[in-house]
Amino acid sequence: MLCDVCKCNDATVFLTQILEGKMQKVNLCDACSKEKGVQDPTGFALADLLLGIGAAEEIEKGAPTQKCPVCGFTQADFKKTGRLGCSECYQTFSEGLGTLLKAMHKGTEHVGKLPERAARQMELSDKMRALSDHLEKAVAEENYETAATLRDQIKQLEHEMAS
Amino acid sequence: MKFAQVMSSAGEWLRGEGPHHQVVVSSRVRLARNLRHRSFPGWAKKAERTLILEQIKPRVEELPEMQDSFSELLQDLSALEKQVLVERHLISREHAAKGVGSAVTMNRKQTLSIMINEEDHLRMQSIRSGLQLKNAFKLVDKVDSTLEGKLDIAYDQHLGYLTACPTNVGTGMRASAMLHLPGLVLSDLINQVIQAVNKIGLAVRGLYGEGTEAMGNLFQISNQTTLGEKEDEIIARLTKVIETIIGKEHDARQMLIQKKPDTLWDQIGRAYGVLTYAHAMTSKEALNLLSVMKLGVDLGAFPEERRLPVDELFIETQPAHLQKTSQQKLNAEERDFLRAEIIRARLKLFPKPDMGKVAREPGDDTTSDTNHNE
Ligand SMILES: [Zn+2]
Ligand SMILES: [Zn+2]
Repeated sequence: MLCDVCKCNDATVFLTQILEGKMQKVNLCDACSKEKGVQDPTGFALADLLLGIGAAEEIEKGAPTQKCPVCGFTQADFKKTGRLGCSECYQTFSEGLGTLLKAMHKGTEHVGKLPERAARQMELSDKMRALSDHLEKAVAEENYETAATLRDQIKQLEHEMAS
Repeated sequence: MKFAQVMSSAGEWLRGEGPHHQVVVSSRVRLARNLRHRSFPGWAKKAERTLILEQIKPRVEELPEMQDSFSELLQDLSALEKQVLVERHLISREHAAKGVGSAVTMNRKQTLSIMINEEDHLRMQSIRSGLQLKNAFKLVDKVDSTLEGKLDIAYDQHLGYLTACPTNVGTGMRASAMLHLPGLVLSDLINQVIQAVNKIGLAVRGLYGEGTEAMGNLFQISNQTTLGEKEDEIIARLTKVIETIIGKEHDARQMLIQKKPDTLWDQIGRAYGVLTYAHAMTSKEALNLLSVMKLGVDLGAFPEERRLPVDELFIETQPAHLQKTSQQKLNAEERDFLRAEIIRARLKLFPKPDMGKVAREPGDDTTSDTNHNE
């Protein structure tokens, strides 16, 4: 049996994993298993390998000529490396990545740690939404005094969000 | 702190006596983080990588957790020194292959190590003795929160922390434990356990080699997915599964004592005999025999105070550690001679195995260990 990665050496390492009821198999030669870090205790996950092999096709379903505006990464690069170019690539290739992430993970939404900065931004944008709603209502009710106060508050908040 | 100091003191995780340390050698949690709108290390050109490094490194070194740290650019470490760090699990094999534009910083106790420009801009890892995933996470989480205030970390409201490889996106967390499972291997139950664990979305594999071929009966178990589950949920799930495996390992050992005592004593006796008298030993043979010695200590065939030399030999007999100790480059044959010599020296005053000790108090030690909770 040939190695799934280089497709030229005989496979000597056989990996099987059952993830959420789906059986996934990878066969590797000695060199590729070392390169992919199968022997390395820290980073390896079988999904990494599966990604490198199967995922490139997934991402291709997105627009084929797309290039990340921040880092210049293309799908061809992903196919080669199984890694993305920068954080913005997630946005650029979101279409193809969506299916991939779904197949790879438990869920599609992050539910874990929220960085303080992001938490603050979320709090401010919630506040902004509430103020805008109030403003709309005040205008509809021709409550111009309230509307003026709300506009001031919104301006203040915009300032806070920008800093 | 100099490399010589790293070399001279074993990490806390190796000497420590964390909960369930008879079966769980160490617990590790690593977080992957990246700077926003910067090319990931694998894609960045050398100049950008260096810039990123210069931005991150001072922030890492000024962490209160990194007072009196060992901090080095990868290009300033010799191949042998890098390999020593790999053997101690302080850097990954991938990171050891890096040169210009990468660095590593670790604390004195060697419980925290931060790799800059590995696959991600930041890979922060905490390693503790025994089953302490929660504590390992606590430390690395705190460090992460501090760094977050000083660096613009790539984070998406829906996808969480953005990583070079989509397999790490979300929490960016990989929690793992190194398990010593000679009982399950000797009773041919290990593959069954591996399959069962794989079925629930966790990964188990031999630390060196696969399945029953695993050298030293050492296995690594870790979470497979990082998106759609909270950090503490992942850790709780993993901890629960590990506790189940610990139970199975203890059951397997008890079964061996009761049903196959001759096989067990033969194994322990041979390991003792070969280790104390051999003059040439490969790394594989050493790992496998040391594993049986460790089991012997666990079961009471050797006195408890002899545990440390056995544990330390697991690391000291690794190829890079041997060469670092001998201060010269050795070929495979020379390494095998030196390895045997070091083992003989360390086990010189080791008493003969006392099987009577085991039969008199079967499993006393193990039951108290199982009840120990974090
Ligand atoms: Zn190959
Ligand atoms: Zn990009």
